[in-house]
Amino acid sequence: MEILNASLVDWSRAQFAMTAMYHWLFVPLTLGLGVIMAMMESLYVKTGNEEWKKATQFWMTLFGVNFAIGVATGIILEFEFGTNWSNYSWFVGDIFGAPLAIEGIMAFFMEATFISIMFFGWNKVSKKFHLASTWLTVTGATLSALWILVANAWMQYPVGMHFNPETVRNEMTDFWSILLSPVAINKFFHTVLSGWVLGGLFVVGVSSWYLIKKRQIDFALRSILVGSIFGIVSALLLAFTGDGSAYNVSQRQPMKLAAMEGLYEGKSGAGLIAVGVLNSEKKSYNDSVNPYLFKIEVPKLLSLLAYRDADAFVPGVKDIIDGGYQTKDGLALSFAEKQASGKEAIQSLANYQKAVSVKDTAEAKLQKAQLEKNFKHFGYGYLDKPEQLIPNVPTVFYSFHLMVILGMYFIALFALVIYYNYNKKFENAGWLQWICLLSIPLGYVAGELGWAVAEVGRQPWAIQDILPVQAAISGISSQSVQITFFLFLVLFTGLLFAEVRIMLKQIKKGPEEH
Amino acid sequence: MITYSFLQHYWWFIISLLAGILAFLLFVQGGQSMLFSLSKTDDERRLLVNVLGRKWEFTFTTLVTFGGAFFASFPLFYSTSFGGAYWVWMAILFCFTLQAVSYEFQSKPGNVFGTKTYRTFLFANGLLGTFLIGVAIATFFTGSDFSVNKGNITSQFAPVISQWGNPWHGLEALLNLRNLSLGLAVFFLARSQALLFFINRLSNEALEKRSRKVLWINAIPFVVFFLIFVIWTLFSEGFAVDPTTGIVSLEKYKYFSNLLEMPVILVFFLLGVVGVLYGIGRSLLSEKFKSGIWYSGVGTIVTVCSLLLISGYNNTAFYPALPNLQSSLTIFNASSSEFTLNAMSIVSLFIPVVLIYIFYAWRAMEKKRTDIDDVNNDSHAY
Ligand code: HDD
Ligand code: HEM
Ligand code: HEM
Repeated sequence: MEILNASLVDWSRAQFAMTAMYHWLFVPLTLGLGVIMAMMESLYVKTGNEEWKKATQFWMTLFGVNFAIGVATGIILEFEFGTNWSNYSWFVGDIFGAPLAIEGIMAFFMEATFISIMFFGWNKVSKKFHLASTWLTVTGATLSALWILVANAWMQYPVGMHFNPETVRNEMTDFWSILLSPVAINKFFHTVLSGWVLGGLFVVGVSSWYLIKKRQIDFALRSILVGSIFGIVSALLLAFTGDGSAYNVSQRQPMKLAAMEGLYEGKSGAGLIAVGVLNSEKKSYNDSVNPYLFKIEVPKLLSLLAYRDADAFVPGVKDIIDGGYQTKDGLALSFAEKQASGKEAIQSLANYQKAVSVKDTAEAKLQKAQLEKNFKHFGYGYLDKPEQLIPNVPTVFYSFHLMVILGMYFIALFALVIYYNYNKKFENAGWLQWICLLSIPLGYVAGELGWAVAEVGRQPWAIQDILPVQAAISGISSQSVQITFFLFLVLFTGLLFAEVRIMLKQIKKGPEEH
Repeated sequence: MITYSFLQHYWWFIISLLAGILAFLLFVQGGQSMLFSLSKTDDERRLLVNVLGRKWEFTFTTLVTFGGAFFASFPLFYSTSFGGAYWVWMAILFCFTLQAVSYEFQSKPGNVFGTKTYRTFLFANGLLGTFLIGVAIATFFTGSDFSVNKGNITSQFAPVISQWGNPWHGLEALLNLRNLSLGLAVFFLARSQALLFFINRLSNEALEKRSRKVLWINAIPFVVFFLIFVIWTLFSEGFAVDPTTGIVSLEKYKYFSNLLEMPVILVFFLLGVVGVLYGIGRSLLSEKFKSGIWYSGVGTIVTVCSLLLISGYNNTAFYPALPNLQSSLTIFNASSSEFTLNAMSIVSLFIPVVLIYIFYAWRAMEKKRTDIDDVNNDSHAY
C-alpha cells in the first residue's frame, strides 16, 4: 500500500496549480474578448457599417488562437481530478462531479457548435443567424465559467450535502443550495468580470499600439471606444464584487482572511492595510515578533469590510489556533479541540465500519451518531500540528494587496482613457497610449494573483474543514507525477510561446488583411 | 417507478451512448492518421485538414463530456481508473492536448514549430488517441489490477481508498492480446469511417477515388480485429455479480449469456454491426454511393453502446478487479447517490436539445461538398 508521502502531495499540488494557472492565462481573454467582439458584431448588424465587421473579424481571429489553447489546458484539468486527486473524487464526487458534467452538456457543446458557425459561417448563414451564433458562443463560455466556479465555490464553502458512513463519502442533499450559495454567486461575478476587465485592457492596449504606429486610426479609435467603456463598467463592478469576495472569506474562511492581511493577533476595530511589507524574521505564529516591517493602515476598515461593523473583532492567525473568541455561533474552538473532535469523527467511522461488518446494529447506530456530531471537523483529524493550518502568509498577503492595487489602477486607467477619448485628445496622447499597451500584462497578473489568494489561502484544505490535501491524493508515486509535471510544463510553455508569437503576427498584420 | 436501480441503469445507458457517439466521432482522429498517406499534393492535404478541422471540436467535447458524465454518475470509476491507470489516461490526454491547438495554429504565421510539426501532432493524436481509447475500453471486459478499500480513509497515514496493484499504472493493459485487438479494431474503424466521411464531404475526384481504394485495407483489418475481440469476449469468462449478496464471481460465457438474456440489446448489436458493414460494403461496391458514413456511423454508435451495455447490465461488473474480484466496480457500488442521479437525470433531458441544435448547425454549414476553392475563400481556413 502506498504510504502517504509529502513529496507526492507537493508534486500533485504543483501539477494542478501549474495546469490551472496556464488555463487561466487563456480563459479570461475568451470571456472578455468574446463579449467585446459580440458587441461589435451587434453594432455591425444594427448599422450595416462594414468597419464594424472588419473590427469584429479581427478580434475574432485573436479569439480563435487564444481559445484553442484554453481548450487544450482545460481537458487536462478536468481529468486531473481523477488522476491526481482520486480520493477526493470519491469522497466528494457525488457533489463535485455534477457541475462538471453539466458544464459539458450545457456549456461546452453550445460553445463547440456555434463557434464553428462563428468562424466558418460568414458566407453560409444569414447575418442574424451569425450574430446569434457569436452570442451563443460567448454564452457557452460564460456558462462553463458558471459551472466550474460553482464547483470551486463549493470546495471553499461546502453546503447542501451530508456524509454517508455506509458509502464513505459526502452525498448531495440540496442541488439549489450548491448552485445558489452566496459564495458561488459572488465568485461567478467576480471571476467573469475579471475576464471582462482583461478583455477591455487587451482591446484598448492593442488598439493603442496601432495609434503609436499611426496605423489603422479609425479602427483603433472605434475599438478603444468600445473597450474602454466596457472596461470601466466591468472594473467598477469588479471592485464591488471583490468586496463581496472578501466578505465571504471573512465569514467562512477566517484563516484565509488573516493570511490576506498578515494579521496574527486579532483585534476589534481592525484597520485595513493599504500598503505593507512583511517581516521575514517572523518564524512562528506565536513568537510575538511584529509581522510587519512597514505598513500604512486605514483605521477600522478591515472590521467594517469583513463584518459590516467598524468595531467588530477580526481574529488573527493566533486567535484562530487558540480559539476562545466570540463568534456569531458562540465561542470559537481551538485547533486542539477541533483536532480532537476530528480524530474522534474518524475513529467513529472506523468503529462504525467494524460494527457493520459484525452486524452489530446498535453499536453502528451509536457510532454513526457520534460521527455526525463531530463531522464538521472531520478534516482536522488528519492534521498533526497547528502550523499545518496556516497557509503561506506572504504569498497570500502580497497577492491580495497587489490585486487590489491593480484593481484601483484599472479603474483610474479606463477613466483617463474615456476622458481623453471624449475630448478627442487620445489620438495624440502618446504617453497614455504607451501606458495602455504596457498595462495588458498587468491584467493577467491581477487574475493569477486572485487565484493565488483564493487557492493558496485555503490551504491545507481541499474541502474546507473536511478534507485536507494530504487525504485527497491518488495512490501513485511522486516520480510519476514529477514526470507528467515536467511533460506538461514543457508542452504548455512551448505552446504558449507559439500562441504569443501568432498573436503578435496577427496584430502586426492588422485588420485590413482579414 | 423511478427507483435507484432504474437510475443506475439509466446512467449506464447514457455513458454507453456517449461512448458510442465518441467512437463514431473518432473518425476525425482516423482522418488525422491518414493526413500524409492519403494526400499527394499540398492542396489535398490542406483540404483534408480543413474538412476535419470543422468537426474536431465535436469529438473533443464529447470526450470531455464523457469524462464529466462518468464522474458525476460513477465517481468510484473516475477515482479508481484515472488515479490508477495513470499512464494510459495521461498518454491519451497528452495527445488530445496536442490536437486542440494544432488546427488553429498550423498555418498561422509565427507558429514557431512549423506546419509540418502541427500536422505530425494531428497524426500522433490519430494514431494513439484511437488505439489507446480502444485498449482502455477493452479493460471493461478483461479487468484490471486494482483494489478498493473504503476503510482506508480512516487511516491517517495511508488514506487512499483505490490502489493499483502494479507499478505500470495501466500500461500493463498493452500486454493483453484481447485489449490490443480492440485497440486495433477502434483504430481501423476510425480510419474506415474517415474514408467514408471524405467520400461524403469532399468534392475532389482524386481524393475520393483514393479513399475508396484504401477503404479495403482499413476495413478488412477492422473486421478481423473486431471479430477476434467480440468472439473471444463472448466465449470467455465474464464477471458476474450476485444480485442479493453483491459477490462477484467468474462465470463462463457471461457476456454471451447477457446478449441472449437481453434480446433487445442483441438485436441492436446485430443491427449495428450490419449497419457498419453495409455502409462500408456498399461504398466499396458502388462508385456512386456516398452516404456510407451515415450507415456505418449510426451502426458504430449502436454497436459500441450495446457492447458497453452488456458489460454493465444483467448483474455484471463493468470494471473488474483481477486480483481481488470483490473490489470490482458495478453500476450499483460505483454510482452516485440516488439524489445526484435524479438531479443529473433532469439535466440529461437537455441532451436532446443539444442534439437538435447540433443537427441544425451541421445542416446550415454543410449545404454543399467542400473543395479547395472553398478553403481558399474562407477567411478562417487552416
Ligand atoms: C483582473 C483581475 C482581478 C482584479 C483587478 C481583482 N480581482 Fe479579485 N480575484 C480575481 C481577479 C481580480 C479572480 C481571478 O477572478 C479571483 C480568483 C478566485 C476568484 O473567485 O476570483 C479573485 C479572488 C479574489 C478574492 C478571494 C476570493 C476567495 O478566496 O474565494 C478576494 C477577497 C478578491 N478577489 C478581492 C478583490 C478586490 C477587493 C479587488 C479590488 C478591486 C479585486 N479582487 C480585484
Ligand atoms: C483556473 C484558475 C485557477 C487557478 C489559477 C488555480 C490555482 C491553484 C493553485 C495556485 C493551487 C495550488 C495551491 C497550493 O498548493 O498552495 C490550486 C490547487 C487546487 N485547485 Fe485551483 N485554481 C484555479 C481554478 C480551480 C477551480 C475552478 C477548481 C475547482 C473546480 C480548483 C481546484 C483546485 C484543487 C482541487 C487544487 C488542489 C488541491 C489544493 O492544493 O488545494 N482550482 N489551484
Ligand atoms: C479546475 C478547474 C477547471 C477545469 C477542470 C476546466 C475544464 C475545462 C475543459 C475540459 C475545457 C475544454 C472544453 C472544450 O472541450 O471545449 C475548458 C475550457 C474552458 N474553461 Fe475551463 N476548467 C477549469 C477552470 C476554469 C475556470 C475557473 C473558468 C472560468 C472562470 C473556465 C472557463 C473555461 C472557458 C471559458 C473555456 C473555453 C476555452 C477557453 O477559452 O479557454 N475554466 N475548461
